Amino acid sequence: MISQSTRKILFATAGLLATGGVLAAGADLGNTTKQATNWVAIAMFVVFVAITLGITKWAAARTKTAADFYTAGGGITGFQNGLAIAGDYMSAASFLGISGLVFANGFDGLIFSIGWLVGWPVITFLMAERLRNLGKFTFADVAAYRFAQTPMRTFAATGSLVVVAFYMIAQMVGAGQLIKVLFGLEYTVAVIIVGVLMMCYVLFGGMTATTWVQIIKAIMLLTGATFMALAVLWKFGFNPEALFAKAVEIHSKHDAIMSPGVLIKDPVSAISVGMALMFGTAGLPHILMRFFTVPSAKEARKSVGWATTWIGYFYILTFIIGFGAIVMLTQSPELYYVDGDLAKGLKGGGNMAAVHLSNAVGGNLFLGFISAVAFATILAVVAGLTLSGASAVSHDLYATVLKHGNADSASELRVSRITTICLGIVAVFLGIAFEKENVAYMVMLAFVIACSANFPILFMSVLWKDCTTKGAVAGGIVGLVSSVVLTILSASVWEAVLKNPKGSAWFPYSSPAIFSMTAAFVVIYIVSKMDNSKQAQLERSLYPAQRVRSETGVGAASASGH
Amino acid sequence: MNDDIVARIESNPKFHQFVQKRNSYGIIMSILMIFAYYGYILLIAFNKEWLATKLAPGMVTSIGIPLGVGVIVFTIILTNIYIRRANTEFDDLNAQILKEANKK
Repeated sequence: MISQSTRKILFATAGLLATGGVLAAGADLGNTTKQATNWVAIAMFVVFVAITLGITKWAAARTKTAADFYTAGGGITGFQNGLAIAGDYMSAASFLGISGLVFANGFDGLIFSIGWLVGWPVITFLMAERLRNLGKFTFADVAAYRFAQTPMRTFAATGSLVVVAFYMIAQMVGAGQLIKVLFGLEYTVAVIIVGVLMMCYVLFGGMTATTWVQIIKAIMLLTGATFMALAVLWKFGFNPEALFAKAVEIHSKHDAIMSPGVLIKDPVSAISVGMALMFGTAGLPHILMRFFTVPSAKEARKSVGWATTWIGYFYILTFIIGFGAIVMLTQSPELYYVDGDLAKGLKGGGNMAAVHLSNAVGGNLFLGFISAVAFATILAVVAGLTLSGASAVSHDLYATVLKHGNADSASELRVSRITTICLGIVAVFLGIAFEKENVAYMVMLAFVIACSANFPILFMSVLWKDCTTKGAVAGGIVGLVSSVVLTILSASVWEAVLKNPKGSAWFPYSSPAIFSMTAAFVVIYIVSKMDNSKQAQLERSLYPAQRVRSETGVGAASASGH
Repeated sequence: MNDDIVARIESNPKFHQFVQKRNSYGIIMSILMIFAYYGYILLIAFNKEWLATKLAPGMVTSIGIPLGVGVIVFTIILTNIYIRRANTEFDDLNAQILKEANKK
């Protein structure tokens, strides 16, 4: 099962994939087998859905304007937003995938966790405050602040939608596979349930409902994971050394789980994947959008501080959970392994380590809770993605590009809702279409595009005086195209998806970020420098005023929008 | 947006000092973070053996584990240190600049 599933890495690839399939075994949500219907889990999940739909109803009454829809009227506090960001970012893949990877390989799981976290300080030190001060609803507001609206918005919206699409497909396919194994539902049914629920949240409750779904999910996930980690540590007298000693004794790889394995081979791939994660986080539209929901730059900073704290804490927990699974699951192979045989792997696949552990430490009731948490996790992430996709279409493309900023709030809101429905339907179709496909590369590709197209234009437009529309758009296009082309030419697509022979991939590294992001910055620099048009001079002359606003917050969009 | 206020802030040397101060702080913190993360990654790429060394003879825990958890903790602490300073010292400076711009 493991060797089969290596071909279907889902999200794990987004980690440090220096070696393609080898390490994927642990962090794989694909190729699951359908399990018996789990009624406790379904009951818990129904309770979650009932509560979130209740919140959606309450939120719907408060979602009257486009500003309410996109940013919950800007009335979210820093602490709440921090939890919501954590809820937006901690996917089922990072919970089940990383603990599964630790279960399979030990140490290597830690390398993943670190990679997923290091983007947050970059956002804190360089972006959060300026985003809040310059933007209103979308990151394109910031990138296009002093530039020609049509080309800049069109490109930024395209960048957003491409990132959202790849991220979404991976989430939908993962959701279908996961729910199939956790709840015993059909794949198609699972994908449709996810699609319908996310549409309900976003359509009726907008950002307010999405935020609360994310907050509740974050609290559930953190509580559940904390309980599991404490239960494991308690068994070993809160002595990690004793836990590790037992794991080394029991695990088939023995002492190898205490040292880095095959995850990082060549330094170029390692650095490149690291760049994609570090700077890609600062270019994810659904994450950037969350900074506009708070009333001030100070709250934006607080939210990113809380988010970093919760996410980091969570990744430490997944490490403990993975080791706990090694120790506790191997002691009852008849319960957790296929045919009770250690060699045949875990029931439901390698990603079920945390789920089985929940049963081992808390019985069927806690298993139901953790399964419901996993489902809720996916819902929270896809709702955030849908909302950011809808805002790119309605705010950037419709209201600004098509209507030149003259659309009224009511019609903008209507377009967002129509887009939400379209995105929901498209997401369900793509989820079903890609069921049997290898979508392993997609989350990583989303990160690479975010770091090579979205991040450079955002960074340069805000911090570099001489940046012009032409430079930013040209650099962004180079970043986007090179990300996609080099990913197709790399082993994760060329060999794993297109079935070319092993070793035939043109691009030898695991991630193109080091090249594509550099290319984007260089092109932005050169084209901007060469651009001496009237428009370019006007854009440069607008920089001082933009700088005053981005640094001090003078004139920043007020909480209620305007 | 009030153009006068913007112009007054622009011409206030305190504003430029403030931006310079906060930006260099942000850049220093970013460099620290980049150093910690890529340092760890490169250590894995070039010196796996050292990371696999046991903390003490007779123990199973290797150096790489506390070091890795350390990078996570370092990330959290660094972020919060920056935010604390930005929310107090820098925000006070910012408020002062805004006040001066509104007064004149």
